[in-house]
Formats: sequence, C-alpha cells, structure tokens
Amino acid sequence: MSNVFVICELEDGKVVDVSLELLTKGRSLANELNCKLEAVVLGKDLKDIEKQIFPFGADVVHVGDDERLDPFTTLPHNAVIVELFKKEKPQICLLGATTMGRDLGPRISSELFSGLTADCTSLEIGPHTDKKAGKEYTDLLYQIRPAFGGNIVATIINPECRPQMATVREGVMKQEICDANYKGKVKTIDVASILKPEHLVVKVIERHMEKSKVNIKNAPIIVSGGYGMGSKDGFQLLYKLAEVLGAEVGASRAAVDAGYAEHERQVGQTGVTVRPKLYIACGISGQIQHTAGMEESSMVIAINNDPNAPINNVADYVITGDVNDIIPKLIKAYKKNTK
Amino acid sequence: MGLKIIVLAKQVPDTRNVGKDAMKADGTVNRGALPAIFNPEDLNALEQALRLKDKYEGSTVSILTMGPGRAAEIIREGMYRGADGGILLTDRAFAGADTLATSYAIALAIKNMDYDLILAGRQAIDGDTAQVGPQVAEKLRIPQITYAESINSVEKKTVNVLRRLERGVETVESPLPCVVTVNGSAADCRPRNAKLLMKYKHAHTVTELQDSSEDYIDLTADRPYLKIKEVSAADVNADLNWTGLSGSPTKVKSIQNVVFQAKEARVLTADAYEIEELVKELIDNHTIG
Ligand SMILES: Cc1cc2nc3c(=O)[nH]c(=O)nc-3n(C[C@H](O)[C@H](O)[C@H](O)COP(=O)(O)OP(=O)(O)OC[C@H]3O[C@@H](n4cnc5c(N)ncnc54)[C@H](O)[C@@H]3O)c2cc1C
Repeated sequence: MSNVFVICELEDGKVVDVSLELLTKGRSLANELNCKLEAVVLGKDLKDIEKQIFPFGADVVHVGDDERLDPFTTLPHNAVIVELFKKEKPQICLLGATTMGRDLGPRISSELFSGLTADCTSLEIGPHTDKKAGKEYTDLLYQIRPAFGGNIVATIINPECRPQMATVREGVMKQEICDANYKGKVKTIDVASILKPEHLVVKVIERHMEKSKVNIKNAPIIVSGGYGMGSKDGFQLLYKLAEVLGAEVGASRAAVDAGYAEHERQVGQTGVTVRPKLYIACGISGQIQHTAGMEESSMVIAINNDPNAPINNVADYVITGDVNDIIPKLIKAYKKNTK
Repeated sequence: MGLKIIVLAKQVPDTRNVGKDAMKADGTVNRGALPAIFNPEDLNALEQALRLKDKYEGSTVSILTMGPGRAAEIIREGMYRGADGGILLTDRAFAGADTLATSYAIALAIKNMDYDLILAGRQAIDGDTAQVGPQVAEKLRIPQITYAESINSVEKKTVNVLRRLERGVETVESPLPCVVTVNGSAADCRPRNAKLLMKYKHAHTVTELQDSSEDYIDLTADRPYLKIKEVSAADVNADLNWTGLSGSPTKVKSIQNVVFQAKEARVLTADAYEIEELVKELIDNHTIG
C-alpha cells in the first residue's frame, strides 16, 4: 500500500507551521485515498519529536537523527529521502514551499523522476481521462496553482510517475489537530548506512538571523500606507494585513517623510515603480507623483475617508471610511474565508 | 586562475507588466501580446558571473538558453553586458517540456561544455517554479546552492556563497563544479556597454544568418565571436523519450484564465458584510489567497 508522505521541517527543535499544515492536509488526503499518513523528520537531537507530529494524524513517523543532517544542506537530506522513498514508494509527497522545500523538492523529484508542482494553492483528489492514450486514471492528486504571473490557474497532474510531489506555502492550508491522543509508529532511519563522503561536501560556514532587505519591486501584492495612517504605530496595522495576505508594505512620500516607513518602501516618482497584481492604498491621497509609481498595478483598492480623494480615480474598488476600522475588517474577513 | 562560467537564462513573456493591449475582450491575458524579456533573476545571475569575471582574470562567461530561435536575442543581450558568447539549445523535440525534461536537455548540453560554475536565476517569472536549477544539478550529479544573494569568492576550487533564507542569511561553501541559483535580491545587472553593443550587434545564429544578407556571413567568417552556436536534440544525443512532452512527468490537466475586472471603480462602505463580500471575490478570482 503506498501512502501519503509529508517532509517535516524543523526550527529550533520545533516542527514549523507549514509542515503542520501539510500534515493536516495530508491526513484528509489519506482519508480520501484510504491509505496512511507518514511523516519524515531529519535533523539532530530528535528525541520525542514524534510527539509534535502524532496529534496531526500521522500513522508513521520516520526519524533520521544524525549530526550531519543539521544544519540543513541539500545532498545528505536528499540522499536519505531518496533511499527511503525507493523503499516505501509513496504515492504523494508534500513539502513546504520554503527555501528548504524548494531546494530539496526538485532534487528529489529529479533523482526519482517524479513530477513536482511548486507553490500549490489547492490540492484535491480526482480522476483523469487521457483520450489520446485511451487511459483512465483514478485517485490522482490535482495540484492547483497560479501560473504566468497569476494570470492563469493551472491544474497539474502526474498520471504515471510516483510520488506525486507538491510544495505549498505557509498559511495556505489550515492547521488542525486531528486527535491529541493519536498514536502512530516511530521508524528509525539508518542514516549512517546511507550517507557517503560525497554527500557532505557542502558546508555551512555561518548562519545568522537578519531582517531581509526590503524589496517591494517584485512583490505580487502591496499594502501601501500614506499620511492618513496617522503614525508609525498606525503602520503596524498595514504590516498585519500584509502578513496575512503574503504582501509587502509600501508607503507614500508623506508617510516616509513623517518617519512612518523606510525610504525603500516609497512608491512613486521619487521612489519605486511597482506593478503588483494587487495594490491596496490606505490613507493615501493619490497625488500624481504617487500614482505614477503604481497605476500599472493590475488591481487597485483605495481606502480613504475622503470620498473624493484623487486615488479613487485609479482604483478598481473604493472603500470609503477610516483605515483603523476597515483594515481589521479586511484581516478578519480574509482569515474567515481561507483555510 | 580563470573560471569557466555558464549562465542559464530564459527568454520569458513579461508577465509582470500586463498592459491593456495584452488583454483580450473577455478580460483574460493574451500571452502572445506580452513582450519577451530576459528573465529578471537570470540577469541577477549574469551580474554575479560578470563580477567573478572581473575579479578572476582569464574567466569566461557563456550563456546557455533553451528556447525557440528568437531566444538568441537574450544571448546577444548578455553579450552586450559582458558575456563572451552563448549557446542556443533549440529543437521542436524540446517543446512542451516541464522542468524535468528541460533540465534533462540543459544538462546534456552542459556535459558537452567545459565548466567550473553554473549560475542561474532562482526562478523564471512565467512559471515561478525554481526547479530547473536544482534539477540540472541533480542530472549532472553536482552540488547545488539555491537562493544566493552574492557569490563572495572562488578560492582553491571552492565557491563561497551568501544565501538569503526566510529569517536570515547563511554562508555556505561548495567544491566546484556546482550550480548556484541567484535571487532577485542580489545586485542588479549592469547595463549594456556601448563598446560591446558595437562589437556584438551582428552576432547571430546560423538560422538567423540564413535570413540575413551576404555581408553578415562574411562578417562571421572573419570574426568567429559573432557566431552564436545553435545546438539541437541530435547534437546533444538526447533520448527523445526524455525530452519535451514525453519526458515530462507532469501534465497540465486544465487551465483556468483569471478574469480581470473592467476599470470602473466599485464603491463600498465600511460595512463588514460588504468588505467580506469583496474579500471573497478576491479569493475566488485568485487575486489573494
Ligand atoms: C518632485 C516631487 C516628487 C514626489 N515624489 C513622490 C513619490 O515618489 N511618492 C509619493 O508618494 N509622493 C511623492 N511626492 C509627494 C506627493 O505630491 C504627495 O505630497 C504625497 O504623495 C502625499 O502623500 P499622502 O497621500 O500619504 O498624504 P496626504 O496627501 O496628506 O494624504 C493623506 C490621505 O489620507 C486620508 N486619510 C486621513 N486620515 C485617514 C483615515 N483615518 N482613514 C482613511 N483615510 C485617511 C486623507 O483623506 C488623505 O487623502 C512628490 C512631490 C514632489 C513635489
């Protein structure tokens, strides 16, 4: 019986949210396919790690505990998982669309010659008819994702190759404990028998936490604030909205001049020109020097308490009202309607 | 110590800039009407390659691209900015390839080349998969370093790279040869150089030459650097079971066009119900979520 596998990622000894979300999704896929959910965790000092995973409904947790698997480097993780998959032959394998998952996933899929779909926004089970080959397939994984800069949504399938692999970003799937007392089995991977010197040639020299440089130019969604946000604290509301939407925060010059935001975030004639899929202008009047930098956005939502603010002329949606009232409502509505 | 560097680059439709003329009457995107550009993160990769070339005397930078005949444009574009030349991997047999079949073809082409380091953009804007870099590395059985923000040095056959991760940065070292994929957060690519533009503006592939005048042909006979090499599936001994559609484990089952609204603002009040309806609509048409 081939099962659904989730590759779990760790941070400071904790299974990260995206992995727990994938376990939740994996559990429901396994129920639908009437098979088991299995998890893979690689790293060091993994004693009791399964306790974090079982409540999400994992029937088996494969644990590879070895110093050489931490910090993450591609080759040893790849070698261990490829070996495991050759034996276990999963039908589905899910990974987080993190820097780790998007580094490791393609390598595994290449070595096993199985298809991988990146950044799926939805995963479903369904049939497929290949008319040309006259073949019927049942229980395939539909890997649904936006493509072409968000202009299309494609459903991808892997009819012949296994495992059917997909990565999913954090926050896309919901996270739900299946049963706090769920009991599965722990299987230990014999890492030492798999790793060879050639897997260990890449070395992590140094690693430190650092805030990433602001880069709003390529962000698909921008939540932008103006002087109407009122204060630097007021801007925190924008960061909250941006976080739930997976967006970057932009700003008008008046907001930057007032010290609400860094200059790197300024949109407009003397700032950055942006063309996101969605631009949400909050408390921005919409002077020409500002709109010059954002009018090519595919969609603009303007939030302003002045029903005649010029920003409304370049907007697709106008919400008239106070930002402090509307933004929390947006966040609430988004959370309620996703997951 | 000269380095032989290959930069993988792709010509892509400019999906970030869907203007009015690229919209069909039904609100969907007419992909053919989008301008073809050098994939942005591949330009970041090219810049890293050119910096290494500046730093280590005797280094060469070669652009490898797979695509239709017109993709030779981005090889020329790369040469105007400092690359020494390039190879166009082109064949009908490659059409319809997913990332795995693409990586197979590219890896075969690379096997016929001399290289120390392979650089590529993290991902292409038409697919956003970030898979070709790591899969080429696997096909060549060499290490990979993804999400690079800068290539710090190459000393004693070891490359030292700064990676940008979710919550921080990491410095890693790998022996050569290896594949490094470069992030958009890395340094922007230098602009075209006027002298190089003059030098290379007549650089062409054989196919392009067949459509041009005699003078050009004489020019390449004289100046071999003006010849952009074209390579076919047969030239790299590709097994056609592994190329194009047949070599692609993933298939597109269906495509749904995202329909954009006409530009006439809808006005809402601050009412929670109205806001929720808007959010639902944006989720349904895949603008958010
Ligand atoms: C040479 C030059 C270059 C410039 N370059 C740029 C540039 O690159 N980028 C740029 O942005 N500007 C630029 N400007 C400045 C530009 O002209 C405007 O002054 C600036 O954009 C105004 O910023 P704002 O909309 O945030 O502030 P304001 O014009 O003060 O607008 C604030 C808006 O917030 C609304 N508001 C207030 N309180 C609330 C609330 N509680 N809820 C909802 N709405 C509220 C108000 O109705 C108003 O519309 C430039 C100007 C010049 C002369």
